Amino acid sequence: MSVSDWLLFLLVRSLSLASLPGSIPFSSLQVQPQPDAKMCDQTFLAITFGPCDSCGLNKPLMNIYLKNEPINYCSLCVELMACQGLATGETIHTLKAESESLKTKLEEERAKLHDVELHQVAEKVEALGQFVMKTRRTLKGHGNKVLCMDWCRDKRRIVSSSQDGKVIVWDAYTTNKEHAVTMPCTWVMACAYAPSGCAVACGGLDNKCSVYPLSLDKNENLSAKKKSVAMHTNYLSSCSFTNSDMQILTSSGDGTCALWDVESGQLLQSFHGHSADVLSLNLAPSETGNTFVSGGCDKKANVWDMRSGQNVQSFETHESDINSVKYYPSGDAFATGSDDATCRLYDLRADREVAIYSKESIIFGASSVDFSLSGRLLFAGYNDYTINVWDVLKGTRVAILFGHENRVSTVRVSPDGTAFCSGSWDNTLRSHSQVGCSSGKWWRWRLNGS
Amino acid sequence: MHSYMVSKMSSKMVGSNNLAHARRMVQQLRVEASIERIKVSKASADLMRYCGENAKYDPLLMGIPASENPFKDKKPCTIL
Repeated sequence: MSVSDWLLFLLVRSLSLASLPGSIPFSSLQVQPQPDAKMCDQTFLAITFGPCDSCGLNKPLMNIYLKNEPINYCSLCVELMACQGLATGETIHTLKAESESLKTKLEEERAKLHDVELHQVAEKVEALGQFVMKTRRTLKGHGNKVLCMDWCRDKRRIVSSSQDGKVIVWDAYTTNKEHAVTMPCTWVMACAYAPSGCAVACGGLDNKCSVYPLSLDKNENLSAKKKSVAMHTNYLSSCSFTNSDMQILTSSGDGTCALWDVESGQLLQSFHGHSADVLSLNLAPSETGNTFVSGGCDKKANVWDMRSGQNVQSFETHESDINSVKYYPSGDAFATGSDDATCRLYDLRADREVAIYSKESIIFGASSVDFSLSGRLLFAGYNDYTINVWDVLKGTRVAILFGHENRVSTVRVSPDGTAFCSGSWDNTLRSHSQVGCSSGKWWRWRLNGS
Repeated sequence: MHSYMVSKMSSKMVGSNNLAHARRMVQQLRVEASIERIKVSKASADLMRYCGENAKYDPLLMGIPASENPFKDKKPCTIL
């Protein structure tokens, strides 16, 4: 691609939702963000009126990003810039025709490799025996719906956030609360534990992601040391530290994901491509490199390269919002949970959906999914208050857990795989483990004689 | 899922006359069409192999002996 092509590509990516100012009433003026604040967004329409950076005329301006730098062009100059990148002979019609033919080609390529179904290949694997899960601990203390939780790498501590704005750090073995923070907003939809265990990040309706360093002194006011890292133009739906405490990845209702430097609050990379709210993201297991997957209300699951910001793969087979995405432990696949009451497995190297986990009796959406350590089990929390455990390879359900008295909003397996924790709108978190005999004799794993 | 509490950004498919949008779609599809793919049979075999190799290290699959379970209910002790 030529340099101008490349600039154009970056430009139109960040423009993908901009519409022409003719359709926007002047009354929808909003406050311009402070000059030194970095924001990540793609939903701004014309929000200011003033001289265009390109033609100099006083007009409604579109605030767009070119290589993460904000520029203010009027809509006419934006379209002119888009036209300059066109090769000779390209019109809206040729582009649309090419778009259609590429889509068909994509489908054909994917279909050619679809020689068998995963559950057929898995027929030679022994079926799992009777599963009995037991609820080990119930963590009570939130005053309202639990929306999100995360495990600490020490396999013992948990951070959880709720609708009433409280973020609590628990010791999952003893059920003691170790820290509590009250956020200035309600609906804290995202929380994450730092890899070092020394900080937690959280955010929600405040459109921000804030990092709170955890202090050993129980009396210290954690809010005093709070650091605002990310700023979006709509609610924060999910956040995750990368492999260090220094960077955070966020997803937002404004349709974007973004990578931030914690220390400076700097926007390092933004990811544009979803056409609606992004509800969930998950980083690839560290061995497999710098990618992450995101799922959103546009029913798409997108895989991104963190360094370039490029959307490398996209999957659209769900029939409704994707609420949760999680990588398979090997990094070669990922699972999704959706409002269409199904969970699905997508293989990255085959570039297609390879399994659906559904039953006619399950009609409520799946809000959260996670894998067990080997990837054989998929735990999914549903809006009908249950948790279903699926055999990932065979596609069958191996257990249902009851116990929560309202929607299950979040399900996470502990880092050592000994238990999984679920959070619910019934204000509690519960940890569960498998009741199994010590030698595991009552079922065996055998793979075709090996 | 979130529509009851915040109004979702409506899925705004840009008007079909937008040149910029069409150009972007074509660029994106070119990237996606060019990746290398493997057969589902091979991909499935790899997923199964990973499960097999790691099954014995998966406590939620195998169960853990009661003596090692940190979540086990503690029995009361008597001090003699």
